[in-house]
Amino acid sequence: MSRYRYAINVTPKPGILDPQGRAVEGSLGHLGIDGVSEVRVGRRVELTVEATDERSALATADRLASELLSNPLIEAYAVEPLAATSSASVGGD
Amino acid sequence: MGVRIGVVVFPGSNCDRDTVHALEVAGAEPVVLWHEQASLDGVAAVILPGGFAYGDYVRAGVIARFSPVMRSVAAFAAGGGLVLGICNGFQVLAEAGLVPGALLRNRSLRFAGREVTIAATRDDTLFTRGVAVGRPLRMPVAHGEGCYFADDATLDRLERDGQVLFRYVDAAGSAAGPADPGNPNGSLRAIAGVLNAAGNVAGLMPHPERAAEAILGSDDGMGLIRSLVDSAAAAAHGSVELAGAR
Repeated sequence: MSRYRYAINVTPKPGILDPQGRAVEGSLGHLGIDGVSEVRVGRRVELTVEATDERSALATADRLASELLSNPLIEAYAVEPLAATSSASVGGD
Repeated sequence: MGVRIGVVVFPGSNCDRDTVHALEVAGAEPVVLWHEQASLDGVAAVILPGGFAYGDYVRAGVIARFSPVMRSVAAFAAGGGLVLGICNGFQVLAEAGLVPGALLRNRSLRFAGREVTIAATRDDTLFTRGVAVGRPLRMPVAHGEGCYFADDATLDRLERDGQVLFRYVDAAGSAAGPADPGNPNGSLRAIAGVLNAAGNVAGLMPHPERAAEAILGSDDGMGLIRSLVDSAAAAAHGSVELAGAR
């Protein structure tokens, strides 16, 4: 078995109302920032999958992303492979 | 003995006792169903109450969807069993795909905790048989993610098929637009509650169980509770007539 580390990025689909993105945009003026638009706030989940090969690890990550971490009606997701040494060893809480 | 109606308790449910009480007032026999149990104990209907099931982590309702009791509730619903989701319960039903649409973060980004006015669009369903169409019903909302969303084609279909069961209404009794104060969360087409296509599963964001006795400031919610109890009693005697999509 090998360990594979992924990030799953979940974002609101185009056209879906994103009040959080709008709130971030609304705060730009207070920061004196110009030229930033189309802010969309999503979620990033990092995880390690233990599997026999990369293909089945990716399949597990994909299933988790589509069934639990995102709602296909309103959100899109992308699975991003991370370097094995990424934050996998961080933690201890 | 009244008809047995299940009230599911997830870790984080907080309206289960209010729901149990409202069912008792309506003459039913509430049966508490723990989230880890797969058996529904032979109840004639199931209510998913409000709260923050599993902390509402990831998305409201999604983790609850995978609990043992929800697998049984899904099978119960597929067999025509009556299921009502209130607030967080509605979110669980939406995440489970048992009712159409999704509940997004409130447009205001604020938790909405106040009284609203809704109206039923039909009086021929198992959930609204004791409620007059269009009659203003006062009851509280208490949620952060209640903005009803579905794509335009789905919304058109739901309206055409009579699956938009409740709407937020303004003082004049008409549907409250997304920015209208009568619409507490910015729901599209002022949708406060929906019905599945078969007519046996419904969800709504407002809390009928918190407006089930005059001492609570409104007893308008009792019409919905009684409708469910009467329908469950009919179902228990095998004489239920489903009015779903039309």
